[in-house]
Amino acid sequence: MAATENKVMTEALLEVRGVVKRFGGFTALDGVDFTVRPGERVGLIGPNGSGKSTLVNCITGTLRNEEGSIRFEGQDICGYAAHRRIRMGLARSFQIPKPFASMTVLDNLCVPLLYAARKHEKLARDRIVEEAMRILGQVGLADRAHAMSGGLTQVDMRKLELARAMAAKPKLLISDEAMAGLSASEVDDILALLFGLKEQGVAVIMIEHVMRAVMKFSERIAVLVAGRKIADGDPKSVVGNMEVVKAYLGE
Amino acid sequence: MSNKVFAVVTLAVALALAAVTQLIPNEYFFSAAYTVLLFVILATAWNILGGYTGYVNFGSAAFFAIGAYTTVFFYNAFKAPLAVGIVAGTLVAGLAGLGLGYLTLRLRGVFFAIASLALAVVLYIFIVNWDYVGGARGAYVLQPREVPFGLPRYIHLIYAVQLVMAAFALVVSRAIEHSTLGRGLAAIRDDELAAECSGVPTLRLKIFSTMASCALMGMAGTTFPFYLSYIEPSSAFSLSYAVNSIAMPLIGGMMSWMGPLIGAVLLGTVQQLVQVNILRSWVDIRPEWGLLIVGVLLVLFVTLAPNGIMGWVDAWRRRKTK
Repeated sequence: MAATENKVMTEALLEVRGVVKRFGGFTALDGVDFTVRPGERVGLIGPNGSGKSTLVNCITGTLRNEEGSIRFEGQDICGYAAHRRIRMGLARSFQIPKPFASMTVLDNLCVPLLYAARKHEKLARDRIVEEAMRILGQVGLADRAHAMSGGLTQVDMRKLELARAMAAKPKLLISDEAMAGLSASEVDDILALLFGLKEQGVAVIMIEHVMRAVMKFSERIAVLVAGRKIADGDPKSVVGNMEVVKAYLGE
Repeated sequence: MSNKVFAVVTLAVALALAAVTQLIPNEYFFSAAYTVLLFVILATAWNILGGYTGYVNFGSAAFFAIGAYTTVFFYNAFKAPLAVGIVAGTLVAGLAGLGLGYLTLRLRGVFFAIASLALAVVLYIFIVNWDYVGGARGAYVLQPREVPFGLPRYIHLIYAVQLVMAAFALVVSRAIEHSTLGRGLAAIRDDELAAECSGVPTLRLKIFSTMASCALMGMAGTTFPFYLSYIEPSSAFSLSYAVNSIAMPLIGGMMSWMGPLIGAVLLGTVQQLVQVNILRSWVDIRPEWGLLIVGVLLVLFVTLAPNGIMGWVDAWRRRKTK
């Protein structure tokens, strides 16, 4: 066990150690450890209010953790503003879609392509639109490219969220409940999309309540309950874990 | 059209307009046109922060006054000519914008608007109590006797200068709108958190946008003391500037550089016509109704065409292509 842990530590893409986040008197994250290796698919589950989104916010820099360290590719990123972390290759999608509503779908993707992807990838200016179209094709939004993003359906907005995160050319993509409320076939669409990222060597953290999707997708599952990580490991053994079942279903 | 071509064309148009209109015998025309152009600059400047970035600045009058009082300061200190005032006033207002940015841009929405209004009040009190630039009494700035370029009167010169400055403001505004920066600002306006998470350095962009906006507002004010020969705080800090610089982009359309131009020409001209009651043989509109008309137009547009004239044109164009 100690040997494998050591291996994880040296290879980690993202390494979260003892992160604590408090809101006033409420401790949302209570010493969370969490690692992701390059290209790994990790599921992050837990009941509502267990701190999943707070953890994502601390990792991506929209919230600052009070204690603990967050390292990305071995570099301590705790003091970095969110945009710097994105530029290093740490992209996320939002649980409630946040499109740039005054722009077309295509222009939505140009923002991270111009501001994030170009910082760590050679991407000629005149190839931005082409690249945006390629990503839109991947998520199946190519025919909506010139529609205003504010007028999209919920499903399309979810896809746009993922597409915009992909356009930042991340090494780690955090998908925050991209599938809530989608039909079975739509869930499969997005799953296929996330599997495709794995082939490109992108690590994915999937936060999800749709267990079918999490089980199918994840190589490893971590469980947060009330701000603490109570399980982390092989999906089957985690789901069989009594503590996890208790947290979801009660005593 | 590239930025360079647009700059050349706009400047050429401004100079041509300045040359052609010199033939107009009525002196009042220059005074009225000066005021309309002043509003073109103010509205264009306001729109960089208010329209592109989505931060409503209620303190336009303060930056206008900073420009005006910088001219007065340099005039009092060195009898400096207009050109010095223009450059210095623009820079000082830009610096003040930088300060406003650093102090307040962590505030969002209505809180930023209130802070900008508060800044205007503080500056007003400061100027009223600063004797060197005239305090509450006001200060005289004498127009030079000699007018360059063979122009008949100083107002002709000031009008021409204002035309060129308006052209400059439009060029800057358009360049920002079409740049990567402009896209970043639009992302901030739509959703600041999502912008930051798409790699946009939101704080830096907001501060730049505030600085550019405030510098241009200051520029609009630099010619004002020479125009009136006399300036006092309540005219330099007039509510009319704050109201108009918001109303004009709103009515013209806030998404592009053209909106504030259209709004300012339209509203500015209407107010000038009302002020001299030029239409009195048809309708008797009282001069003091000026701001009232702005208010009524504002309400009409907000309810009927919330994206302004340009938004309405865009929608019409889209319908036509479909």
